[in-house]
Amino acid sequence: MDAIVENLPAFIDAFLMTLRLLVVSGIGALIIGIVIAALRISPVPALRGFATVYTEILRNTPLTLVLFFCAYVLPQLGVRLDYIIAATIGLTLYTSPFVAEAVRSGVNGVSVGQAEAARAIGLGFGQTLGLVVLPQAIRMVIPPLINVLIALTKNTSVAAGFAVLELVAVSRQVIQFNGNATVVILVAVAVFYLIITVPLGQAANYLERKVLVRR
Amino acid sequence: MTNVLYDVPGPRARRLSLILSIVGGIIIAAGLVAIFLFLSQPRINAGGVAQPGVFDASRWDILGDKALYRTIWRGLSATLQMAGVAAVLAIALGFLLSMARTASTAAIRIPTIVLIEFLRGMPVLLMMFFVLLVFSTGQFWAGVGALAVYNGAVIGEALRSGIVSLPKGQRESGLAMGLTPLQTRFSIEYPQAFRQMLPIIIAQLVVLLKDTSLAYILGYQELLNVVLKQGPTTFGPTYLFTLFFVVWAVYLAVNMMLSWIARFVARRTASGRGGGKTRRIEKVIAQLGGAGMAGADEPSPDAAAVRGSSSDHDTGRQP
Repeated sequence: MDAIVENLPAFIDAFLMTLRLLVVSGIGALIIGIVIAALRISPVPALRGFATVYTEILRNTPLTLVLFFCAYVLPQLGVRLDYIIAATIGLTLYTSPFVAEAVRSGVNGVSVGQAEAARAIGLGFGQTLGLVVLPQAIRMVIPPLINVLIALTKNTSVAAGFAVLELVAVSRQVIQFNGNATVVILVAVAVFYLIITVPLGQAANYLERKVLVRR
Repeated sequence: MTNVLYDVPGPRARRLSLILSIVGGIIIAAGLVAIFLFLSQPRINAGGVAQPGVFDASRWDILGDKALYRTIWRGLSATLQMAGVAAVLAIALGFLLSMARTASTAAIRIPTIVLIEFLRGMPVLLMMFFVLLVFSTGQFWAGVGALAVYNGAVIGEALRSGIVSLPKGQRESGLAMGLTPLQTRFSIEYPQAFRQMLPIIIAQLVVLLKDTSLAYILGYQELLNVVLKQGPTTFGPTYLFTLFFVVWAVYLAVNMMLSWIARFVARRTASGRGGGKTRRIEKVIAQLGGAGMAGADEPSPDAAAVRGSSSDHDTGRQP
């Protein structure tokens, strides 16, 4: 326990770093993901194709490889980035296709009759999407989106391998000086992660149930 | 679905779509050309030495070098070894966990629920460090252990929701025939649940394969480590970009092949059965599909029915 109390400031800093990675790349991924999802359902074939290729390629690339590219390959090409920024960009890129897929499956999940009815009363593409489909889709999209964010929280740990001092990296440092308290330190880090993921999971469950009741 | 959103395009809309398509295509092409030009311009590295552009032939001549392919094979086989062992253990563990999770005794069921939720909420990298530092197993077994435990928990939940989504009559008629609850589970429920969940299990194996790259951070000699981290020392630092492309291509090829198999299996298991059954599979896939397996609680008929209506479900996949 002593090892944790003594190093509490370091752990708090690390926790804030994890939070920062989560929030910044979460917002970035939401923006890019929604754009990609919009491209993916658009009537224009070129845009649809681009979005599909983007999604397929990024989803099948390991996160470690994406972060390696941002942290070590980009500097070789003359793009010099802070490691924290590199990790944020990597996490954003990696998470965006998962956001896009969640949004797209939400839009696809609105029953066809809704869109047909909207079309039947003469609404155009924008109106159908904006007034009928999206308001329903957003509700269904939020629980899976929260699950993406939970996965992102866990994924921020990979930044530890790329010179970012977040929870896992700091725990490694602390363990080097407190070898006898290894288990306690790692469990403490696990608790820090649970502080983020459990409330998110609860929120997802709550929202899912709430959406269900309305239907 | 998509084609319901807009009319069959008339001449003007077709022209507009064509124009937008061309404009969009040009923008995307321009972006790609800009990236290409950026990459192909020669640059001067930190030591003040001029280096050729990325697409200069001198950067790619190692593709003809047999030593490169030997290195790739060494890395890839280490990656596949870890993934293979972890996959077998994960599926075995998934079975055990789903058994314990559906046990009728609360004393078994409730600790299992807590355990599964805890395991699914942990970063795999943290678990790898835990196994490595606490059990001092060496890098290979640290990676295998963490991947097996994490993916076992996810597969266990998938199998459980497969069992839960079976019609009640399956279990009841098994019991009515005089089979014991355990026999019913093994000879009636599991075979059906496993078949239904096979696409999801395969999709989870893609995740597992991708996650073996985390063992690079532990220092395990897998694909990324051998080719990308150590490759520049062996072949020369100018080849970093080339080696990156090679590693990327290998990962994409292996993962896309697995994803393709998952989709193929999903289509095979979904077709040639009654409509109700197909729908149920779609529901289950939709439940677990999209981004998170974490949403796999009780299959909720309402949400599932709504989601199940879309026809082009992808197999579930977690970031």
